Amino acid sequence: MTFEPKAQEATAEQVLYAKVLEAGMYTGLLILFVTFAVYVSGLLSPAVPVDRISSYWTRGVNEYLEVVNHDFLHLEHPPTGWAWLYMVGKGDFLNFIGIAMLGGVTIICYLAIVPTLLRKKDTAYVVMSLLEVCVLTLAASGLLAAGH
Amino acid sequence: MRMNGGWFSELRPRAFLPVVFVLVTPALALAAEPGGGGALAVATGETMPWWGWPLILWVVSLAMGVVAVLGGVGGGVLFVPIISGFFPFHLDFVRGCGLLVALSGALAAGPGLLKLNLASLRLSVPVALIASTCAIIGAMIGLALPTNIVQTALGATILGIVLLMLMARKSVMPDVKQADNLSSALQIWGVYTEESTGEKVNWKIHRTPTGLILFIAIGIMAGMFGLGAGWANVPVLNLVMGAPLKISVATSKFLLSITDTSAAWIYLNNGCVIPMMVVPSVVGVMLGSFVGVRILRVAKPSFVRWMVIVLLLFAGAKALTKGLGLPFIV
Repeated sequence: MTFEPKAQEATAEQVLYAKVLEAGMYTGLLILFVTFAVYVSGLLSPAVPVDRISSYWTRGVNEYLEVVNHDFLHLEHPPTGWAWLYMVGKGDFLNFIGIAMLGGVTIICYLAIVPTLLRKKDTAYVVMSLLEVCVLTLAASGLLAAGH
Repeated sequence: MRMNGGWFSELRPRAFLPVVFVLVTPALALAAEPGGGGALAVATGETMPWWGWPLILWVVSLAMGVVAVLGGVGGGVLFVPIISGFFPFHLDFVRGCGLLVALSGALAAGPGLLKLNLASLRLSVPVALIASTCAIIGAMIGLALPTNIVQTALGATILGIVLLMLMARKSVMPDVKQADNLSSALQIWGVYTEESTGEKVNWKIHRTPTGLILFIAIGIMAGMFGLGAGWANVPVLNLVMGAPLKISVATSKFLLSITDTSAAWIYLNNGCVIPMMVVPSVVGVMLGSFVGVRILRVAKPSFVRWMVIVLLLFAGAKALTKGLGLPFIV
């Protein structure tokens, strides 16, 4: 195939991706700032008191989760993966809504451009986009455990 | 809540000069050393109000946002070595936070860059698929390894980045005589208008397989250290694959929104995200970026570039010595 420069405007799928990304980014950041304000103002009491958090963040994550669970949460297992959803009524865990939104917007962007790519019969990019959705969904799923 | 006079009066001269960041970090380094006896070491005790560390983190992140824009580097590459080296937060949380800082910046810049057609979606999709997959692997490796090993490797990587900054040349418009077969098949090419000259620039890339292989390593490092990866993306896109510098910088920034997403989820799902650290950092770096863009018009680029190099050199040495358990001498 020879090199054929196209028009300088962004492609339809690129513009669509940008619009979805913009909407998701603004929504995520807004939620993040509002929920943080709720957290630090004390409107919703946090699971871990704000004046105690600094005594835990010096520890590695595994120890941190165990100690925080032992001292405050009293769950069967330390909260990893999507366990925060069960505690979203607490000021600190409320912040994870905005963080998850920022982490999820790219998946939505990829899904949004697939129909456009299908209409163009751009098979390679349809396949790569769907693979990317699978990769990001797997990362978001919480199935991939890691630890020291 | 009123600040306690004891630690605040000692801390103020050191920690509230973020603009002269080079002067701030040595003070923090001394203070954060175990048994160092510095003001911040004292402040980690009960006398520090709960909002003290988040406020300091916000101020330093703001300064980092300014310096990152002026120095042409991403916020993540400054954030992780500096915060992990000079603050009491564990490296696990700093890496999670660093990824979200880099991710937020990339998400904020991405839509504009895509609409202007400076970031190329066609170039990004195959690259991002490899980099984001490898970032997951990198994040899992980084969380599985002992902290001192990750800290040592982080220090070595930062020092490597300093070398890269000192030695790597940039090519505004690389000479790509012929697109390779893979990029031709994937139709990775484009046109953009160079605003300084008004000229329409047709671009294409070559050495695509080599570039994609290099993104395996970039993805792993991005996930392992939570650095973002603009420092590596741009040279590979520009010097190896032959994309014009503007397209490389813009596509790199957009790429981070995908690569860092996958790694950030691994850190988030493993409990490495503390909102009290994340939100002040994200807000600080983003506000700092806005300020930095305004200062950019009057700043001397060479001075800022050298300041970033000195900062990274200092932070890299700190991370390396901390990982190896050696004393850090300013």
